[in-house]
Amino acid sequence: MGIDVSQFVQAFLEESFEGLDLMESELLDDEILDSSCNGERINTIFRAAHSIKGSAGTFGFGFVGEFTHGVETLLDRIRSGQRPLTEDARALLLEAVDRIRDMLIAARDKSPLDNEAIERTRKAIDAMLESEPGDAPAAAARESREKSAAPAESRWRIRFSPHRSLFATGNDPLRILGFLRDLGTLAIECDDSALPKLAELEPESCYLRWTLELEGPATEAQVREAFEWVEDQCDLEITRIDAPAADTSRDSEAAADASSLEGAADEPASTDAARAGRADQDRRRAADRRNDAGSIRVAVEKIDQLVNLVGELVISQAMLETIARTDFEDFDAVHLERLRQGLAQLERNTRELQEAVLGVRMIPINFVFSRLPRLVRDLASTLGKEVNLVLEGEDTELDKGVIEKLADPLTHMVRNAIDHGIEKPDARVRAGKPRAGTLKIRAAHQGGNIVIEVSDDGAGLNRERILAKAAERGLNVPENPSDREVWQLICTPGFSTAEKITDISGRGVGMDVVRQNIEAIKGRLEIDSTPGHGTRMTIRLPLTLAILDGMSVRVGDEIFIVPLTAILESLQPKADQVYTISGRGRVLNLRGDYVPLVSLSDVFHLPSSREQIEDGICVVVESAEDRAALFVDELIAQHQVVIKSLETNYRRVPGISGATILGDGRVALILDVDMLTQMH
Amino acid sequence: MNAARQRDEAQSAERRRELLLFRLGDETYGIDILSVQEIRRYEAVTRLVNTPEHIKGVINLRGTIVPIVDLRIKFNLPDVTYNEFTVVVILNVVKRVIGIVVDAVSDVVSITEDDLKPAPDFGAQIDDDYLAGLATVEDRMIIVLDIESLITTPELGLIDEASAQ
Amino acid sequence: MAKILAVDDSASLRQMVSFTLKEAGHEVVEAADGVEALELARSAPADLVISDVNMPRMDGISLVRELRGLPEYKFTPILLLTTETSDAKKQEGKAAGATGWLVKPFDPEALLTTIKRVLG
Repeated sequence: MGIDVSQFVQAFLEESFEGLDLMESELLDDEILDSSCNGERINTIFRAAHSIKGSAGTFGFGFVGEFTHGVETLLDRIRSGQRPLTEDARALLLEAVDRIRDMLIAARDKSPLDNEAIERTRKAIDAMLESEPGDAPAAAARESREKSAAPAESRWRIRFSPHRSLFATGNDPLRILGFLRDLGTLAIECDDSALPKLAELEPESCYLRWTLELEGPATEAQVREAFEWVEDQCDLEITRIDAPAADTSRDSEAAADASSLEGAADEPASTDAARAGRADQDRRRAADRRNDAGSIRVAVEKIDQLVNLVGELVISQAMLETIARTDFEDFDAVHLERLRQGLAQLERNTRELQEAVLGVRMIPINFVFSRLPRLVRDLASTLGKEVNLVLEGEDTELDKGVIEKLADPLTHMVRNAIDHGIEKPDARVRAGKPRAGTLKIRAAHQGGNIVIEVSDDGAGLNRERILAKAAERGLNVPENPSDREVWQLICTPGFSTAEKITDISGRGVGMDVVRQNIEAIKGRLEIDSTPGHGTRMTIRLPLTLAILDGMSVRVGDEIFIVPLTAILESLQPKADQVYTISGRGRVLNLRGDYVPLVSLSDVFHLPSSREQIEDGICVVVESAEDRAALFVDELIAQHQVVIKSLETNYRRVPGISGATILGDGRVALILDVDMLTQMH
Repeated sequence: MNAARQRDEAQSAERRRELLLFRLGDETYGIDILSVQEIRRYEAVTRLVNTPEHIKGVINLRGTIVPIVDLRIKFNLPDVTYNEFTVVVILNVVKRVIGIVVDAVSDVVSITEDDLKPAPDFGAQIDDDYLAGLATVEDRMIIVLDIESLITTPELGLIDEASAQ
Repeated sequence: MAKILAVDDSASLRQMVSFTLKEAGHEVVEAADGVEALELARSAPADLVISDVNMPRMDGISLVRELRGLPEYKFTPILLLTTETSDAKKQEGKAAGATGWLVKPFDPEALLTTIKRVLG
């Protein structure tokens, strides 16, 4: 039967890339160097390497498996405590992770591979392994599986005396005989002299012994293979008794025995069956291939939620069914009311289920963020720069499709920031800045969008140079361009600000491609820059569907949702905590800090039911820029809400980042904390 | 002669269209029924903040957030009340779902292009831009609205100006 | 046609094993680690278990030991998927009660040939 393993290659690659990411993130965690508590981490890394090695050969990537073997051996030594995980070993392992990834990418894209780099890493691993006592595993790995030349006809005599415990491992002498029979003509002689009387017989023990003679084109290795699994559970004697002129009586005996053993597994029947299943198999294979294209990993909680919702749906259905069984004459106002309730419940279930199903597509942006520490570390060391990476909002969820398309532009923006933005340590010190630059990458919900910012505290963009370059390249420049218009020029096709093309940013991918990629997912790219202080690039993506942990608060009759991530604390203010600063509004004294007090009823022109400050609640929130105390009538509850865009059918509303539907079907607005903290 | 007339009739028959009629105060308005998604009873809305008065707020229409515009306020009608007859016509125009509040929905009528006469100047209350014309059906005068223009007019403030093309 | 329990934490390998066996007309139940496999094995007895060795939660060797402790698995063939160099693992597996092993990497043909050895 021909089975095409290539249909599983995508799953293998996906799983291997995940494994590599996992190895990398574990290795990058500094705790890994602490031998007192790194056991589980190293185990995880080992397992990932082991999995790749084990599967690679099966799916036609033997070279990957071979390379990974050294990595696995090194990890096994570390795991078993034979050697510590030093900084050097960690660096080498990280390098190896890259090499494996390169190999897989090259195999996937059929692109060329840097074989020298691979050889270098392999040698480094071998060297590290050989630098210590113990067997040379690299050699063991390359142990050749020699196959002897096609064997000539030969005869073997085999004395096979199983130990009584043979059955305990699930082995069966008859199956072994069957295996041998496939190798040639087999004469079988069974010795039952050890068989005890029935009363003494233990049914789980093996008492029989065999003497076998095999004639056919079999090598000793093949014969031994039949006993491979039981060699420690039997006495075995294999001798070659090659005698072309063997006595005939024996021969005929052998033939008779052989024919009596044949029968059950006859060839024609099995090929017929195979043929019959062929069409069906092709269909199934096509279906499988479709399923393979773009699979998704879903958090167990989300699946649980779906299951719960389906449970509720079933309850609603049962409730409606009960009402429907009411006799027509008995149907009265009470039933009608219950029917209405049931339908309302059904509507809610359906809606929630719909949202949950859509939510399955949402994955945290950490999927992309988790690759960045490594990238930043490598780039910084290549370029001789010092960079502190700050990641924020890793849990922000985005549609899987969007996240995948975000990886490339984001990577490029990070490269740009480190290559062109952040200065070398000396230059920074001369400019009065700390030696190490800060690169901040942040994801958040904002104004009905998902916003991803990449900001650095580097040199900033150079207006004059960009304009000069644009003129040189003959690009269209508006008259008296604003800064923003100038910054946008770097996203024009054919523009590059780098003085020389470095191998970091100059891979033929410019900011124009970044912008195109972002626009392809309906996003916008904004650039802000202050000379000497840094650059901030902002990707703004429309919300498809996102789930947010929120606190619902009441102001007058209205319910608003405050994103939980923005909330620092909530408190019941005392009158003497609040001060009015003329012309600037009120502030709240928060343990000595003064935080602007933003009354939602004032901002949104709503009547409040709280006349005294003591009657309400202050929710202290923090945005990227600022803090504020939002004054509301009361806190209601904490829940997960599905964010709906107001812009689908309406427009942006200042101070509101979106809307959601509450359990009772009402719409509640989600507050845009960034905007509110800037409102005072 | 006869043949030409038949052709004319055939053409105007082709151009027949159905209007949904509704009342705002004392006047009857008509909109193309193809732009109407459904008609609902007026229900409590969630108010939006810092929006013009004629935008009442948003409702949840089976999981979609739909803004509700009260045309009576927009058209400066004197008597704006919400009672059991007050209805919301849910429109599906320019790929958006929007609800308009009207006093009552009265009828569906069929008119031809020939029935549609240019409207005289209404003054400041209703902009000519979204007035398709006037039609007379069974002695009633109907103000026919060009609903797409109405929804997209910046004056109504339903759509971000950037995307109001 | 046999009922086979395939255990591997690598989804791709599990898919391959499962697909190959199904093509050959067997019924296949999949588990991603020893714990899951043990649960499945208890609730629905299998005629053959094929398991990876290195897995999170419960590895293949412990799984073999646990299975052999169950009366209905006393003689059931259990094959371990192991890598070429882990002779020690083969022995450990045997000691725990494994019937045999299949060396990784393997192709579908090798898998079918091997299971033929235990399913007769």
